[in-house]
Amino acid sequence: MTEAYLDIRDLSVALQHSGDRLLRRVSLAVRPGEVHALVGESGAGKSMIARAVFGILPKAVTILEGQVTIEGADLNGMSEAARRLFIGKRAAFIPQDPLTALNPSKRIADQISDRLIHILGMPKAKAHERAAALLEEVKIADPERVMRLYPHELSGGMRQRVLIAAAFAGEPRLIVADEPTTALDVTVQRQILALIAGMQARHGTALLFITHNLGVVAKLCQTASVLYAGKVVEQTSVRRLFADPRHAYTRALMAATPRYDRPEESLKPASPELMGELAREVAETDALWAKERAHG
Amino acid sequence: MAEARVIRVKAGPRLWLSGLWLTFFALAAIFAPLIVPHDPLAQDLMLGKLPPAWVAGHEPGYLLGTDSLGRDVLSRLISAARPALFVAIGAGLAACILGSVLGLIAGFFGGWTDRVISRIVDIWMAFPPVLLSILLVAFLNPSLQSVIIAIAIIDWTRFCRVVRAETMQQRRMDYVESARAMGLSSIATLAREVLPNVLPAIIVLLSLEMGIAVIVEAILSYVNLSVSTDQATWGSMIAEGRGIIYQAWWVLVFPMIALFLTVLAFSQFGEGLKERFDPVLR
Amino acid sequence: MSRNLLIRLGSTMVTLFGVAFIVFILVRVVPGNPIAMMLPPGASDADIALLTAHYGLDKPILTQFWIWLGRALQGDFGMSISLRQDVMSLIFGRLPATLELATLALVIAMALGGALAITAARFRGTAVETGIDLANGASLAMPDFLWGLTFILLFGVLIPVFAISGRVSPSLDLPFVTGFYLIESILRLRVDIFLDLMRHMLMPALALALPLAAVIAQLLKTSLKEAMQQDYVMLARTKGFSETRVLISEALRNAVIPTLTLAGVQFTFLIGGTVIVERLFSYEGLGNMAIDAVINRDLPLIQGIVLVFALIFVVINLIVDLSYALLNPRLRHG
Repeated sequence: MTEAYLDIRDLSVALQHSGDRLLRRVSLAVRPGEVHALVGESGAGKSMIARAVFGILPKAVTILEGQVTIEGADLNGMSEAARRLFIGKRAAFIPQDPLTALNPSKRIADQISDRLIHILGMPKAKAHERAAALLEEVKIADPERVMRLYPHELSGGMRQRVLIAAAFAGEPRLIVADEPTTALDVTVQRQILALIAGMQARHGTALLFITHNLGVVAKLCQTASVLYAGKVVEQTSVRRLFADPRHAYTRALMAATPRYDRPEESLKPASPELMGELAREVAETDALWAKERAHG
Repeated sequence: MAEARVIRVKAGPRLWLSGLWLTFFALAAIFAPLIVPHDPLAQDLMLGKLPPAWVAGHEPGYLLGTDSLGRDVLSRLISAARPALFVAIGAGLAACILGSVLGLIAGFFGGWTDRVISRIVDIWMAFPPVLLSILLVAFLNPSLQSVIIAIAIIDWTRFCRVVRAETMQQRRMDYVESARAMGLSSIATLAREVLPNVLPAIIVLLSLEMGIAVIVEAILSYVNLSVSTDQATWGSMIAEGRGIIYQAWWVLVFPMIALFLTVLAFSQFGEGLKERFDPVLR
Repeated sequence: MSRNLLIRLGSTMVTLFGVAFIVFILVRVVPGNPIAMMLPPGASDADIALLTAHYGLDKPILTQFWIWLGRALQGDFGMSISLRQDVMSLIFGRLPATLELATLALVIAMALGGALAITAARFRGTAVETGIDLANGASLAMPDFLWGLTFILLFGVLIPVFAISGRVSPSLDLPFVTGFYLIESILRLRVDIFLDLMRHMLMPALALALPLAAVIAQLLKTSLKEAMQQDYVMLARTKGFSETRVLISEALRNAVIPTLTLAGVQFTFLIGGTVIVERLFSYEGLGNMAIDAVINRDLPLIQGIVLVFALIFVVINLIVDLSYALLNPRLRHG
């Protein structure tokens, strides 16, 4: 077993004013070149994990415990400025909504090459060349023309391609993609998924893929963590996950995934028994945690 | 939008403090002839440029000193509250009535009436206001009435724009429709149904406008285009003090403070009222 | 875009025409005979009639207007009654002083307001932001007239570092060919004259600038804070950029656009404010001359000055519209 590239251990974060935990001792690891799925419904804390990796948690959220390690270096132990540069050189982020994630008043070229020039120290001409090459790789026709455009002149799918190009441009060892296809049309979704899969394979990048769609997980990922209420309820290889889902929540999630062959089943709401069981489990976790904290 | 609110002083003390000063100011203006320690116009060159009571060289009985003609600064300060109050009320109300009536009409009837009034407002805004007021007062012959007319002619647009927008909003509400369905005439609907709902906005603007009127009057009397010289005004006191600034700073400083506090009180009173009236901001 | 520009230019012309007409009528229908004021008290009726005819004041008002407009379009605004000089050359003699003062005030307002907004947005939610908010509220509470007086007291009398009247020390020998003293002193590298000019101009400019700076600071801070919540800012943070860099290179440009329109309107207030502030500092500009012209009932001069001020007003609005279109890529290509 190779060593993990990104290693999150026992990470708990909470709202500052209320003390409510948003992540409950989350541990997960992504090995070099591996695609790890982070699955869960909205509000489960998926995006909070992504933000914790990049050190950009909202001001109202504090880290209670745990480490985020990249290349064996503990990020929480670094100064603010050092961590920023460390991350900027090694990891990249693909956001959810391509319509709002590009700066409306900057040209496409600048939005791809800014990291290359200012964080990685590449000469301007070389960064420009590289940006053009990346746009070509994400299958954008006439990259030189597109680079001179502003975001509002591109379609949603094109913008997501630009964001993917920008993420891969610095040859990061890790990419975190936060539901990168959710905001797109269904037809475009498939192309973008195929694009990400192809790019990941070619560049050998480790990928933490955040999604609520199990269908995507089956196609794209090797390992998976299922998140419920900020707690990892199941963590295994994707093959095992589908063959033998252990946790009741995972099974419910699978049942809720639309299936064209059995449409009547996919519309079933989660049973009250399951909801009760999940709530009990979360309460138990919190009680255990509180007890441990009191003793430690 | 809540972030745009700058100083989050509680509406309470803001209203109280500014209201207190405005009451003080109004009482001083009303009872000026009874409470001034000296005749504000009485000259005595022997007593010229006396410093205030806490500075060496002062004379008893002249708390804030005297100006170059030996007139008592405190008495002139109190006496000058009169024209200031007169202009604040006169110009404020005149601009308010003119602008609000036109705004109500434009907002309520819409159509070409609205277009004509809005176009006039646009052209009006192209005039430099200070210059226009100086121009108007000069040709109306300098007097308090002219100052009031000039301010009303220039500033009615402030009321018109806001009242028009508020009225348009009110007109779309159900109660206006039902009032009209009950057979109320347009004028009656405007007066009984729309006006009471637009009134809070008008009152807030009125308070702000009164502050503007006080400062404009001070500027006009500074350039000697307001009342005649036999009535003290803060502006004319400031002009005199500006001339003898190196010899008698107190002639300039006290009217400045009075002017500043009054202008500040009117604007803060308006802001306080706005916070109190506006349910969204509370 | 060019069609819009033409429409805008057209409406600008209409506004200017309206201003010219209103001012012309206003100046003529109000009481007070300027001709009688020009002549010594014992002048005969025949003298008055002669002079009235000389200035064309005996013709019907509308005829007078067309004659005046025709001449004005050729740059001929007539003769000043009180100063007995060509109005156009009088205005051109004073205009540079006012333009320099207003521009200096604008530069100060933008620099100060911008710096305050960026600082407040960078340290949002801290005591720094509260402090800047309080300072903004204070500078807005005082009109330029009172700011001018306060500066005269503070830095003219109490700590006399600045001059409180005039534009430049009379003892200085000015080798300049234009009225733009400040610009020429920079171009000719005359540091001594530049410093003397600043010693005179800084206080009036600051009095004009402070209220505008507060408005800019408030508006820009609000839109900066809003921009800092956007997804593209979050993405830039993941790229490794510092908070300050993100603020300036990602948020600022987007935040400037909504600030610009409102700040443009405020700048016209600043121009209007030059009239009284110039008076306060005995600064030899157009506004100061305007007050003298009004006191002397100098009709041709008043008309000329008001029209020039109106022209400045509409030109500013035009520039604001243009730069708005230039800064916003959506309008540029749309």
